[in-house]
Amino acid sequence: MQVTMTVNDVEVTREIEGRLLLVHFLRDVLGLTGTHSGCDTSNCGTCVVWLDGEPVKSCTVLAAMAGGHQVRTVEGLAKGAELDPVQQGFIQCHGLQCGFCTPGMMMTARALLDRNPDPTEAEIREAISGQICRCTGYATIVRSVRWAAVHEANAAAAVTETTESREAGEIDNAGQPAGSVV
Amino acid sequence: MQVPAPFEYERATSVDHAISLMERLGSTSRLIAGGHSLLPMMKLRLASFDYLIDINDLHDELGYIEAGPGEMRIGALTRHRELLESATLTAAFPIFADAERVIADPVVRNRGTLGGSLCQADPSEDLSAVCTALDASCVIRGPGGAERLVSMEEFHVGPYETAVGDGEILVEIRLPVRPGCGSAYEKVERRAGDWAVVSAGAAVWLDGGVISDARVGLAAVGPNTTGIPEISAALRGQEPSESLFEQAGAIAARSCDPATDQRGSADYKRHLADELTRRTLRRAVERARS
Repeated sequence: MQVTMTVNDVEVTREIEGRLLLVHFLRDVLGLTGTHSGCDTSNCGTCVVWLDGEPVKSCTVLAAMAGGHQVRTVEGLAKGAELDPVQQGFIQCHGLQCGFCTPGMMMTARALLDRNPDPTEAEIREAISGQICRCTGYATIVRSVRWAAVHEANAAAAVTETTESREAGEIDNAGQPAGSVV
Repeated sequence: MQVPAPFEYERATSVDHAISLMERLGSTSRLIAGGHSLLPMMKLRLASFDYLIDINDLHDELGYIEAGPGEMRIGALTRHRELLESATLTAAFPIFADAERVIADPVVRNRGTLGGSLCQADPSEDLSAVCTALDASCVIRGPGGAERLVSMEEFHVGPYETAVGDGEILVEIRLPVRPGCGSAYEKVERRAGDWAVVSAGAAVWLDGGVISDARVGLAAVGPNTTGIPEISAALRGQEPSESLFEQAGAIAARSCDPATDQRGSADYKRHLADELTRRTLRRAVERARS
């Protein structure tokens, strides 16, 4: 059968078997090996991708079921060369050791922050409770997601401040706040 | 690597289309909604079908929570996450939010559906116990659009077997809304998101400080979700008290039929049936009063 879906903003059409799982479609047919395949039983969560913006376990979704829908994988997290704050957080806070669970963790974390920009530690732990890490013991993963939340809040505040300053005429044409010491 | 045996994939565009596909393809076809019970069973060759009919596109038609006079109606394709996040449902029946918080994990809850959970008819399944406690009825639609209404007692025919026949689809779950209701759910599990060792759901209806009706549904203590009419009979007309909850717990323990397995011994499960029945009744009464 033929399936057409949008993966990371690119429309793809392929001939597949009805029984092909989404995780294998992404990895073996499209070559997007950022999404990992772990337990095969929807327990470990390393295969988490987004289906129409919602995190799903792609080992338990048929590729055919994604037909006509939007899929986003870890490869679609960065904007060009700019890493997503969640990715930066995992680097800054040592959110991974072996890296096997990381793609799923980051996709779930990004979806959490999109709905709840300032999650508590408990909310982060609840969000990733269907995903298993066997290296870090979760502490650094939770810290990484918090780092992303704080970083994004600060970045948003800086943008607001800059915009307000510009509107108030406090920034010169070179983009430097008036009177600032460089 | 686990993959299902080969099958043909079909996609339904409406409930009536799904029914006509089932009529054409016969008993070797099966509906798939969230797929988080069916696909694992197919991977393990515990289930095998020639055709899978994907009904996820029917979410607009079958994904809803509607509070009507005297009755709440929930579409069968309403997802766990939607049930958990519905303020309307939680306000009327907090037992749903209690249960949804301990069903699998948030990512699985993005896909799994109420109808799929009930139709899976796993003896340990949580929402069957919830619906049993709430005296739900199920709307099953068949060929020609004919609908029939069955109680939860009639719905479960055996483990993994329901009253939904060939060419039929569960479309709606109806929950009677009566005044003075309180409800609660509690589950003991080995680890977060696991199937229940035992779980209990309770609903009570108070009228002037007296229990006008009460219902208890237990999961994982028999071949199907267990409703215990004897508890209802013992509680009706009584004022809530610890000794009454104790009596209900004792009835639950002796009325259920648990099996010793890797999750625990039959004795331990009877103990849990007793304790969880007391706890959920206690909380249901507290909620009915507040």
